Amino acid sequence: MELLDNLALGFSTALLVQNVLYCFVGVLLGTAVGVLPGIGPTATVAMLLPITFSFEPVTALIMLAGIYYGAQYGGSTTAILINLPGESSAAVTALDGHEMARQGRAGPALAAAAIGSFVAGTVATVALAAAAPPLASVALKFGPADYFSLVLFGLIVSIALARGTALKALAMIALGVLLGTVGQDIYTGTPRFVFEQRELYGGIDFVSVAVGLFGVAEILRNLENEQTRTAIVSKVTNLWPTREDRRRIVAPILRGTGLGAALGVLPGGGHVLASFTSYAVEKRISKRPQEFGRGAIEGVAGPESANNAAAQTSFIPLLTLGLPAHPVMALMIGAFIVHGITPGPNVINDEPALFWGLIASMWIGNVLLLLLNLPLIGLWVRMLRIPYQVLFPMIILFAAIGTYSLNFNAYDVYAIAFFGILGYVLIKCGCEPAPLLLGFVLGPLLEENLRRALIISRGDPSVFLTRPISAALLVLTVVALVVAVLPTIRQRRAVVFAEED
Amino acid sequence: MERRRSLPDVLAGGIFVLIGGAFVVGALGYELGTPTRMGPGAFPLLVGAAVVALGLAIAGKGLIAVEVISFGPIPWRAVAAIVLAVLFFGFTVRRLGFVPTTAVTALLTTLASTRVRLRTAVAVAAGLTVASTLIFVVGLQLRIPLWGPWLGF
Repeated sequence: MELLDNLALGFSTALLVQNVLYCFVGVLLGTAVGVLPGIGPTATVAMLLPITFSFEPVTALIMLAGIYYGAQYGGSTTAILINLPGESSAAVTALDGHEMARQGRAGPALAAAAIGSFVAGTVATVALAAAAPPLASVALKFGPADYFSLVLFGLIVSIALARGTALKALAMIALGVLLGTVGQDIYTGTPRFVFEQRELYGGIDFVSVAVGLFGVAEILRNLENEQTRTAIVSKVTNLWPTREDRRRIVAPILRGTGLGAALGVLPGGGHVLASFTSYAVEKRISKRPQEFGRGAIEGVAGPESANNAAAQTSFIPLLTLGLPAHPVMALMIGAFIVHGITPGPNVINDEPALFWGLIASMWIGNVLLLLLNLPLIGLWVRMLRIPYQVLFPMIILFAAIGTYSLNFNAYDVYAIAFFGILGYVLIKCGCEPAPLLLGFVLGPLLEENLRRALIISRGDPSVFLTRPISAALLVLTVVALVVAVLPTIRQRRAVVFAEED
Repeated sequence: MERRRSLPDVLAGGIFVLIGGAFVVGALGYELGTPTRMGPGAFPLLVGAAVVALGLAIAGKGLIAVEVISFGPIPWRAVAAIVLAVLFFGFTVRRLGFVPTTAVTALLTTLASTRVRLRTAVAVAAGLTVASTLIFVVGLQLRIPLWGPWLGF
């Protein structure tokens, strides 16, 4: 059994003392950040990225991954306890989870979320381990034309999943790709759009873009109408679900896990789609649909499992193709590159200990989440009481210090202000920031492979259609584009997301 | 069908046209090359043109909008304070050194909120300065001098 050998190698790496320790630190930090409203996992990972630069590569990636799924999970705690989802994917959890908390059943709601997340995390880890090697071996056969079409497909699919109109999402992607061209041209070395500033030759740092769009812009939104946050936190008494609860959550957890594992692979926020879809499915097949929105435990267990499974499987395109499915994955690409590893199909063969160690650490991380969250619930509740007036200066300050310490380059710091304002205005105009970041990270790949493919084909653009992999991906891209733009489908998309409000 | 203008759409479209247009103009200054060997200007020109076209479409849709999205209030004070704080940090961290820059940046940031009183602001700034010095300089060994050349160090 190759899978078992691989997992054994993974666990032998992941169980090293320092790796378990930093996995723990990552999960703990991630949960803390997920609990604190006002800053999402993307900005957190971006800010903490510099801290991990001095670590061993595998340790750094384990910690960053821990922050990501820890934050994913922490968001559900606030969603249940104070009806404040820290992240869009936790919004569904708030519907029934907070209702349960108001009925004095916060404990079982939290337990359902924790158990669901753990089961989903376990299954998704195995799915990741099983799916990655065959996908990576397919990806190794990709030529530049195929890779160009793949990146294009990834970008276009991310629109279908973004909220807001497809036109705006498309414009945000293109803008991101455009901003990605700043810096030296890879083929000729010509500095582009740098205004003679040597500091810009390396391009705009993606951490600045992420911190600006997801950190600064988010804080500005929170400062729009300052209200003292309601410190009414539901009391958590009996955590253990009743026998009836336990019976009711088994099937939703399994269905949510399957849905999430499948949808998480999609670019552009599959985890959000996963939790919404799971909720819709549970409501539709339930014998008591009228209970949904009034504290149905299925409405917590299903989406939470889906969410966590998707968070895990969103690593599949990153590890096998080098394609980020999500802004956090885009930051993980940066972490790989800083440590001298090019993410993509070669990682699995060149760095097997790192690859399998990262996967095994995700299961360990899920165990740690389970151990951490339920006993420490009192601590998380106390963190909810930190006033925002203390929190937001801390976030801005740490963002500035963290960004500066990347390259000791003042331009990176100025960039967070620029992208903060740009992102804030665009968000207010109904443009979502995630596609911009994906475009920014994937833009250079798109350009490099476009140009390389054309050099190989001697300038003949038909190469994109004559190579079967490329042609198939382009057909899928067109289908995705049509689906996203067709008004009827767009309306249905609006219905899926309407339940968030 | 009632026709109203959706100003946020027009604004968003305008931003896309402006940035895309700037890149198009810039790209024309670089070598465009041939399809076989694309120059440094070709790709930004193509993408810039796409951004302009999408921006025009969004603005156009905004002018004959069916649904109007609301823009909401703008926290001018927060925008000014945070931008100022971040620019201050970038400009002075090497010149003033880590400790004074951090303290002033934190203080400027607290101005973003209308609810923070002076005493709270000073306390928050002091606490954050100590905490970030301990975390970043002592703990993570960040190579930034604590006191900079402007202060005679």
